[in-house]
Amino acid sequence: MGTTVTGQSKGTPSMARVDAGLAGRVGGSTGFDAAACMNCGTCTAACPMGLEVLPRRLFRFVMLGMEDGVRESTEAIYSCLLCRMCEESCPAGVPIAENVRSLRRYLNREVFRISAGRPEARPPRGDA
Amino acid sequence: MALPIGPTVGVLADNLRRRGSVLPVPAGAVTRWAGGLGLPAGGETVLYTGSMYQLIPYIAAMGRAQERLAESWMARFAGLGRAANRIVNVSAFMARPTSAARAQYERTLANIARLLGDAGIEFGYLYEAELYSGALAYDLGLDEVLQAHARKVYDTLKSHGVRRLITVDPHTTNMLRSVYPKLIPGYDLEVESYLEVLAKADRGSVTAGGLEVVVHDSCVYARYEKVVEEPRRLLRAAGFRVAEPDFAGKLTWCCGGPVESLYPRKALEGASRRLGQLAAVSHRIVTMCPICLVNLRRVAPAGVQVNDISDYLAGAAGRGE
Repeated sequence: MGTTVTGQSKGTPSMARVDAGLAGRVGGSTGFDAAACMNCGTCTAACPMGLEVLPRRLFRFVMLGMEDGVRESTEAIYSCLLCRMCEESCPAGVPIAENVRSLRRYLNREVFRISAGRPEARPPRGDA
Repeated sequence: MALPIGPTVGVLADNLRRRGSVLPVPAGAVTRWAGGLGLPAGGETVLYTGSMYQLIPYIAAMGRAQERLAESWMARFAGLGRAANRIVNVSAFMARPTSAARAQYERTLANIARLLGDAGIEFGYLYEAELYSGALAYDLGLDEVLQAHARKVYDTLKSHGVRRLITVDPHTTNMLRSVYPKLIPGYDLEVESYLEVLAKADRGSVTAGGLEVVVHDSCVYARYEKVVEEPRRLLRAAGFRVAEPDFAGKLTWCCGGPVESLYPRKALEGASRRLGQLAAVSHRIVTMCPICLVNLRRVAPAGVQVNDISDYLAGAAGRGE
């Protein structure tokens, strides 16, 4: 079950629902491997698509259990080229492309209901 | 505007599960390139196209159709389109390339077969028995659908007695060499790209007269499969002067093509950025991936040639059609 925490954003109190099991569900049997990320931003600087949200902020959403942040990043998740330019530059050796694939697998299953062969039952709250 | 992600990815998944390819095309369109080459059917070593070059003109036509659809009122009914596609192959109606577009990519495959033959490599071809590798499904995270498909591909190869695969594109190479072993316990097929095979054969002759070309490395070859030196060695052996763009080899800059199926406009923007880097060095651009080829060609202005490496090599050897 999710837990609610409070935060501060642009001077307005905000609340985020967190789910401690999110990283486990996203990673599945292979695991979601972003613990080594130092949030240095090298990946973002190297991204040919200029995707600001990917990957460091997105990985924080997963690690902190903020599923809403993941869902709101749906377009960015599917816009990633999986080209591994970010991985080539990452000083911590994070398997970024595989993590993005894990997120797609999660959204396919949980949001679009594709793995079960059914049309999507619940539209994403983000920009899809 | 883009088409909704769910129905679009869903159609690709349904197609792979029900029809064996993300974009099902007639069997004749997949094998036509081999006509007249006299390639033996099957064998322990086979040339494996994975249908990638054959699919490219269909994917390009589909991308144009998607762009038109995304701008129309029909985009709101994309979910219905997925439901209809389960019964009727809707994507086949949307993607109908010209015969000239198909012929370009068929010529590339024929050139690859001739180059291998000239290098003394013995190989067969599975014709209609060859299956798509599932590369796009893997990229989109459709792992459950891919798992079943990969098993089908492997079982087909084993039933034909295949032991060694010579692949023609980076995505199929990556799937069959690096992804399938993780999906299939006991996977035991040897996989090499034809570029690696030709580079080892090293029977090139200098005929290109010092023409300068610039190499666009495929992200998948360079960063996933570590194929960087082989294409350069082959081009130099054929007599080309190889120039390097900003972002080359392991630091190559993506052409944008991988997002073509969901975001055609983003793919074009990426291609324009990369084409600018390449054309700044030479107006003869070498690609080694069908996705890079079609995406860069779409943004190339008159006077800038974008061709597959096999076409350059076959032309230098006097073997190009």
